[in-house]
Amino acid sequence: MNVSRTVKAIGLISGGLDSTLALALVRRQGVEVKAVNFYTGLCITETQRRKGGRADGTIPQNEALRAAAELEVDVEYVDISGKAYFDMLVHPRWGYGANANPCVDCRVFMMRRAKEIMEAEGAEFVFTGEVLGQRPKSQRRDTLRIIERESGLEGRLLRPLSAQLLEPTIPEKEGKLDRARLLDISGRSRHRQMELAKELGIANWPQPAGGCCYLTDESFAKKFFDILDAREAAGAERAIDKDDVILLSTGRHFRLSPRAKLVVSRSEVENALLEHHVAGRARLEAKDVLGPIALVEGTPTWEERLVAARIVARYGKGKDTPKVVVEWREGELQEFYEVEPERDEARLEALRL
Amino acid sequence: MTGTVTLPEPTRTIDTSGKLCPFPIVEAARAVKALEPGAVLCVISTDPGIQLDMPMWCKATRNEHLATVREGKVFRSFVRKNGR
Repeated sequence: MNVSRTVKAIGLISGGLDSTLALALVRRQGVEVKAVNFYTGLCITETQRRKGGRADGTIPQNEALRAAAELEVDVEYVDISGKAYFDMLVHPRWGYGANANPCVDCRVFMMRRAKEIMEAEGAEFVFTGEVLGQRPKSQRRDTLRIIERESGLEGRLLRPLSAQLLEPTIPEKEGKLDRARLLDISGRSRHRQMELAKELGIANWPQPAGGCCYLTDESFAKKFFDILDAREAAGAERAIDKDDVILLSTGRHFRLSPRAKLVVSRSEVENALLEHHVAGRARLEAKDVLGPIALVEGTPTWEERLVAARIVARYGKGKDTPKVVVEWREGELQEFYEVEPERDEARLEALRL
Repeated sequence: MTGTVTLPEPTRTIDTSGKLCPFPIVEAARAVKALEPGAVLCVISTDPGIQLDMPMWCKATRNEHLATVREGKVFRSFVRKNGR
């Protein structure tokens, strides 16, 4: 079959093995591909990079860029981390997975955006690295269908790795894609993908590690729902924003009470990150000894302020001294609390999120 | 950078200091788009990741990565827009 070289497609890439293979499969049919990577602010690898890289000093590479570079495909980042995206995370129509991951809603959101890009670029279809049956919620046959229908991409959303197991798409029906050269992979095993990677000469792909999204992380999910519940209990809107996402992935978190939460930095890089989020929060730091910067949000009682100061003292160089002076700065207000560093681990754990 | 490398005078310079992955690349992509083929863009960044990202982005988009130079905590990436 001869495929016209004028056919254009939008490929959604994460840089993982599946999306890289999907890209290669579509490219080898002579289709002109524009790769798109959606930025959500929730990628664990990106956050690791923001914090200066790994513990051994190396910087994790950007896998989407690596994949696009390896296949020499034009790539564009699209920032979707705005209010509409965060509202979707808080009010998912199709619910959450095991943690705070509303994968079906998230895919629908991304595909709607991909459809806009497809139309703006004059492309004929969108494709992804999704594999039928690979993930328990978002990659079942019924949910793949929901994602296609709700995004408005009916007939124009191709999953090259599983295409032969799914309804033919419009470009397949029109002969613009050769269905026989697409695949019939299903399930969680990566064996066929690894074989295909060898066959296509794709190297250096990242080891599958269960995804790179904070929303699938149990610890992050606990903090995510805590902040929503606390806001709702205080009569505020059940909502999050970009600042919240950064803070939720930074530092140690302690719920002091339904009214107040403490975030304690774990490194110099996190100190710098917290310094950018002082507005509207109290800033704590030990006065005469080195220690972390911490933020308190909400309206703590006097006792809760002292608990926060004791925890901040516990994570600084003065943790083994009888008393530490902790500065509490809140707008124009500056106070000093002389406290005993918190040494009761059980109490600390009871407050930890 | 070694003393033997001479970099061209950039046609345009953008400063992405303080911005982190992927935004230096996002801004570089936007700036390159507005340049004439053959023009050189200099991207100033404080994100160490740009040392990895810029060569890969240039390879993907077929622009020419001339060099990424470190000056203390600041990186300068030089990119020549492709002639397509």
